[in-house]
Amino acid sequence: MNSVLVNLPFIIVVILLAIGFYTIGFKRNLIKIIIGIEIVEGAVNMFIVALGYIKGGYAPIYTQAPPEAVENMVLPTPQALTLTSIVIGVAVTALMLAFAVNIYKSYGTLDVNKVRRLRG
Amino acid sequence: MTTTIIRTMTRILSPLILVFGLYIILHGHLTPGGGFQGGAVFASGLALLIVGFERKRVKSLFEKAPLSFIESIGALGFLGIGLIGLATYTFLKNFIANSGFLFGSSTPEGINPGYLNTGGTLSYLNIFVGLKVLAGLTSIVLIFFLILGRERDE
Amino acid sequence: MRKLLGIIAFLAFAIILFVAAIHLRPFGSPPHTEMDKYFIENAQKEASANNVVTSVVFDYRGFDTLGEATVLFTAVTGVLMALRHYGGGKK
Repeated sequence: MNSVLVNLPFIIVVILLAIGFYTIGFKRNLIKIIIGIEIVEGAVNMFIVALGYIKGGYAPIYTQAPPEAVENMVLPTPQALTLTSIVIGVAVTALMLAFAVNIYKSYGTLDVNKVRRLRG
Repeated sequence: MTTTIIRTMTRILSPLILVFGLYIILHGHLTPGGGFQGGAVFASGLALLIVGFERKRVKSLFEKAPLSFIESIGALGFLGIGLIGLATYTFLKNFIANSGFLFGSSTPEGINPGYLNTGGTLSYLNIFVGLKVLAGLTSIVLIFFLILGRERDE
Repeated sequence: MRKLLGIIAFLAFAIILFVAAIHLRPFGSPPHTEMDKYFIENAQKEASANNVVTSVVFDYRGFDTLGEATVLFTAVTGVLMALRHYGGGKK
């Protein structure tokens, strides 16, 4: 039982991924599908950050750090890549919401089963 | 619908949020933060200003400072600093570090209290990326606010 | 009937992900750390900044930041163009 709970952050990432994919696949409102995409993005960002942790490490900053922090610092590269990923997620969500507003003004409804016909 | 509580708290809180965002942008090479985080905090302060006042004042405020111009300055500044580095070394090389220009001193090794004059091209890139993120996020909030077309009540 | 097939496929997918998460490398000891050791030791000498994460974002990997600034610019332009008619005459 102890060896299963060591990877607890990865298990939480899998739970968030399952919740996100359930919301994308089984819901009918368009806004709920966009929320599901957001949840999957949050789970992937958390996975990238959790890959770079060293046990008993400190933040990789030299300004007024405690004296025992110089030897064991956490890896800085996954944190840098997650920063880019978060900003790209925000941009894609804004674009999806703009298209949802246009679909509502054109079809009159947000039900996914009813917006199937192409209208000229 | 804005009540008296929202108007009063916006007048008190929004200068503090804007100054805090500028602090995070400028001290990006010493403390946790940088261009993207400080730009997001500054955009939150501007979003509070958009929601708290009526439509006519918001429109007159953003006629004076056009947001697309600020975003273009941020993007062109980033590319300009990269191309100046291309003239002698490589693209985006840190050619200001350990020299004598503004933000160009050298950092002592090990643990030290931070000095603001250091950083090299990092400090310039922080300011330009901060301007770009600020203008982008605020224009997204502004266009979603103007769709509603609702005047201020009471 | 289709909904039952969908739920069975989703459960199989979740169980496969769960077994993979248990058998990953243990949390807290990444295997290869040579590149990050170089970044931590030489960030104050070459980039002259106390913050190692910012020096990785803007100095050692500045090209990715340029690509991300382009994505942000394109997304903002796309949003402002998709909602052109409803803006009430403001950019």
